[in-house]
Amino acid sequence: MTAELVRGQNHPLPQARLEIRVSAGKPIVAGATLSDENGKVHGVEWVAHPGSPTLPGLEVSKQAAADHRLAFDLDALTEAVHRVSVLLALPTGVGGPARFGSVAAPFVAVTGLGGAEIASYTITGLDAETAVVALELYRRQGAWKVRAVGQGYAGGLAELLADQGLPQAPQLANDINEAVARGLARSVAAPPPRTAEGDRSRHTAASALGPDQGGPTPQGATGHVSQQAGYVGGPAQGDPSAATQPPMPGGGGPVNYSHPGRQAAAPPSPPPTAPPVQPGQPAQPVAGDATGWSMEERLYNQVWGMFEDLARTTAAYRSAVDFADSRMEQELDKVLSDPRSRIGGQADAARETARAKHSQLVDQARAALDRDLAQLSAEAEVVEPALPTAFARWDSPVWQGYRVPMEIPMALRLGDLQLPESSGLSIPMLVRLPLERGLWIDSGRAGSPDGSLADSDELRRLAVDTAVALAARLLAVYPAGEYTVHVIDPAGSGASALAPLVQTGVLHTPPAVGAAGVNDVLARLTQRVDLVQMAIRAGAADSLPPDLDTAEQLLIVNDFPHGFDDRAVTQLRYLADEGPAVGVHLMMVADREDAAAYGPLLDPLWRSLLRLTPVPDDHLADPWVGHAWTYEPSLVPPGSQVLQHVLTQVAAARRDWNR
Amino acid sequence: MTVNMTKGQAISLQKNDGGTLTAVRMGLGWQAAPRRGLFGSRTREIDLDASAVLFADKQPIDVVFFRHLVSDDGSVRHTGDNLVGGVGQGGDDEAILVDLARIPVHIDQIVFTVNSFTGQTFQEVQDAFCRLVDETNGQELARYTLAGGGQYTAQIMAKVHRAGAGWQMTALGTPANGRTFQDLMPAILPHL
Repeated sequence: MTAELVRGQNHPLPQARLEIRVSAGKPIVAGATLSDENGKVHGVEWVAHPGSPTLPGLEVSKQAAADHRLAFDLDALTEAVHRVSVLLALPTGVGGPARFGSVAAPFVAVTGLGGAEIASYTITGLDAETAVVALELYRRQGAWKVRAVGQGYAGGLAELLADQGLPQAPQLANDINEAVARGLARSVAAPPPRTAEGDRSRHTAASALGPDQGGPTPQGATGHVSQQAGYVGGPAQGDPSAATQPPMPGGGGPVNYSHPGRQAAAPPSPPPTAPPVQPGQPAQPVAGDATGWSMEERLYNQVWGMFEDLARTTAAYRSAVDFADSRMEQELDKVLSDPRSRIGGQADAARETARAKHSQLVDQARAALDRDLAQLSAEAEVVEPALPTAFARWDSPVWQGYRVPMEIPMALRLGDLQLPESSGLSIPMLVRLPLERGLWIDSGRAGSPDGSLADSDELRRLAVDTAVALAARLLAVYPAGEYTVHVIDPAGSGASALAPLVQTGVLHTPPAVGAAGVNDVLARLTQRVDLVQMAIRAGAADSLPPDLDTAEQLLIVNDFPHGFDDRAVTQLRYLADEGPAVGVHLMMVADREDAAAYGPLLDPLWRSLLRLTPVPDDHLADPWVGHAWTYEPSLVPPGSQVLQHVLTQVAAARRDWNR
Repeated sequence: MTVNMTKGQAISLQKNDGGTLTAVRMGLGWQAAPRRGLFGSRTREIDLDASAVLFADKQPIDVVFFRHLVSDDGSVRHTGDNLVGGVGQGGDDEAILVDLARIPVHIDQIVFTVNSFTGQTFQEVQDAFCRLVDETNGQELARYTLAGGGQYTAQIMAKVHRAGAGWQMTALGTPANGRTFQDLMPAILPHL
């Protein structure tokens, strides 16, 4: 039963955990002060207000609102507190009403946790007041009671707080008003009423594009985000199940379910469908049998799918064989330690059983692996010939019919990956473009697995060959003039291997030699990274100097650290760290031992680069199980002229484009 | 047709048409904790977790749970951790998909467990259930009601084990206590 209080009336409170609801029709501030048995507020820490909404035992709203719910747990208040005053005030300086006389009479209700009203009070008779003590909760003989107060103050919060004996009253009143103004400024205004669903999708498209287009400009990005948050903030903060439901459009028109960021894109061509499966036969593999918006994306996803499948089926095989081994070992141990089995042929029979169990399980595992390998090999046989140039091996016919592309591909083949169990089946190693990490072609002896290539000169030459093949591939898959390669070859030791790049004319400048050449190239690239970073941070991409090469840059460093002084090493590390984000990539051809004099200082540099080897080596791990995969670089077949053929076309296309 | 299984009951995972099952899903669903009136920001979320432990000859080989969502061989997959529950009315909040045809040859038992990560007992959780579904056609094979299940924070739900060339499921329904599957290992071992 609700007690409707009049001014001055009191009412017992049956419980300590309460809610006080306030409704005023206009945004108002709600707060509470704690005071001792003499009615004195001891300090600012005894006042709960929007700037400091929580005190032990009570919590008020963080901002001005037309409706408030204040939570109280009277048992949690300290012993010294004898009275809690609930106060209301009009926010100042934000263009709201200036006196309580001009708003509807505020209504306050004390309720239990379930929402049942215990007592309510309508504060009538207010006029020029801008702050009012609505209720007070007070201790009386060990129990709590509520009293309707309704004491208004024309001088606002400052006068109200001063009346309660708070010395810092004017200052605290200022703080509260500032916190309220901040809260109002931060809260998002209700979105304008929408009429057509087109308005909605355009709006979301703008905010979705924001981080991409204006990503480096924090102001623009946060503006979009907060607007977005305002849109969906309501349901997301409420019942979690409501968050999964799409926001209802205001106009009640039909909802547009199309992806706002993809409206302009043409619908993708349908993926190739596999022919109907014969019962009892595995499905016939088809190239491009994966999800994606283009054939290229489908093939990329298919190759990664094959990569994962091979990793997992091998994991199943290895796990089964490991288990069989350990089980046989245990059983043989048991036979050995069992005294009864020493006599007669029992031991031999037991050993025989253990071995038979072992080979049976291993055979089963091998059969499962062979079944999967056959399936994957059949898939590889149809996928490999379908791969576009960027994904294809150098001996693929697509390179013979090479044309300079118009678009940047989504990924690049760095080489092939194999597992010992998968003889004959290799997976193309595709990495996304633009490269996120620099590459390190390891020319050190560690790169040859068993020292079979003991000739380190041979290894170094192979490493430069690998680098040239990769650089040529990068140059070829980018549109004309959109990829620039710089080479540092301080001692000129890579000259013969670098010849294809130099002779076909795809390099702007010949390989830099000597310490001066090293410093010159590094200084230019460092300056470029710095300029582009500055332009992006300032959001002024058009203020870059007109002679700046906008193409992606690749720096090939041979023979590191030959020709490098400390300053050059520092610049190189800067390029490795900061370059990829602004289109400057690094390809080191180096033996880590050569730089051993730097000690651990260069470890972060080596770690930041993706290590590749000029000869097959098992050092790459897959992201799912972590097998050690044998990497084999993608090299031009001996005697083939495909590299010269492709690079000549690249150079010709660049001259045509006048770049 | 749903079988409400009783403890210890075994059903063969044979399809009605005679074929064996190829894929099963263990689903776990529960209702989100009700919002509290006081200090609404401090809700008591309920986080139940579904896990599957793969055994070979009573040795644990691999586990699929919220920190390892896919078994190394890829045959058992967890759809991801749900921290609050209540996704749909009667729908699964967490699910573990098992591709029976791809399970490595040495794995002979898979035990499914449910744990209350946030510590509420099943008495405090509303509408909690776990079930096994034939993933190929969505038919429910077995269902347990966890709610009102007493002062326990975990349940060893069922095991799927090899029987001849196919698979069989045995309902275990053993209550236990523990935050994650690790705490349950002593309780699981007697059931293998």
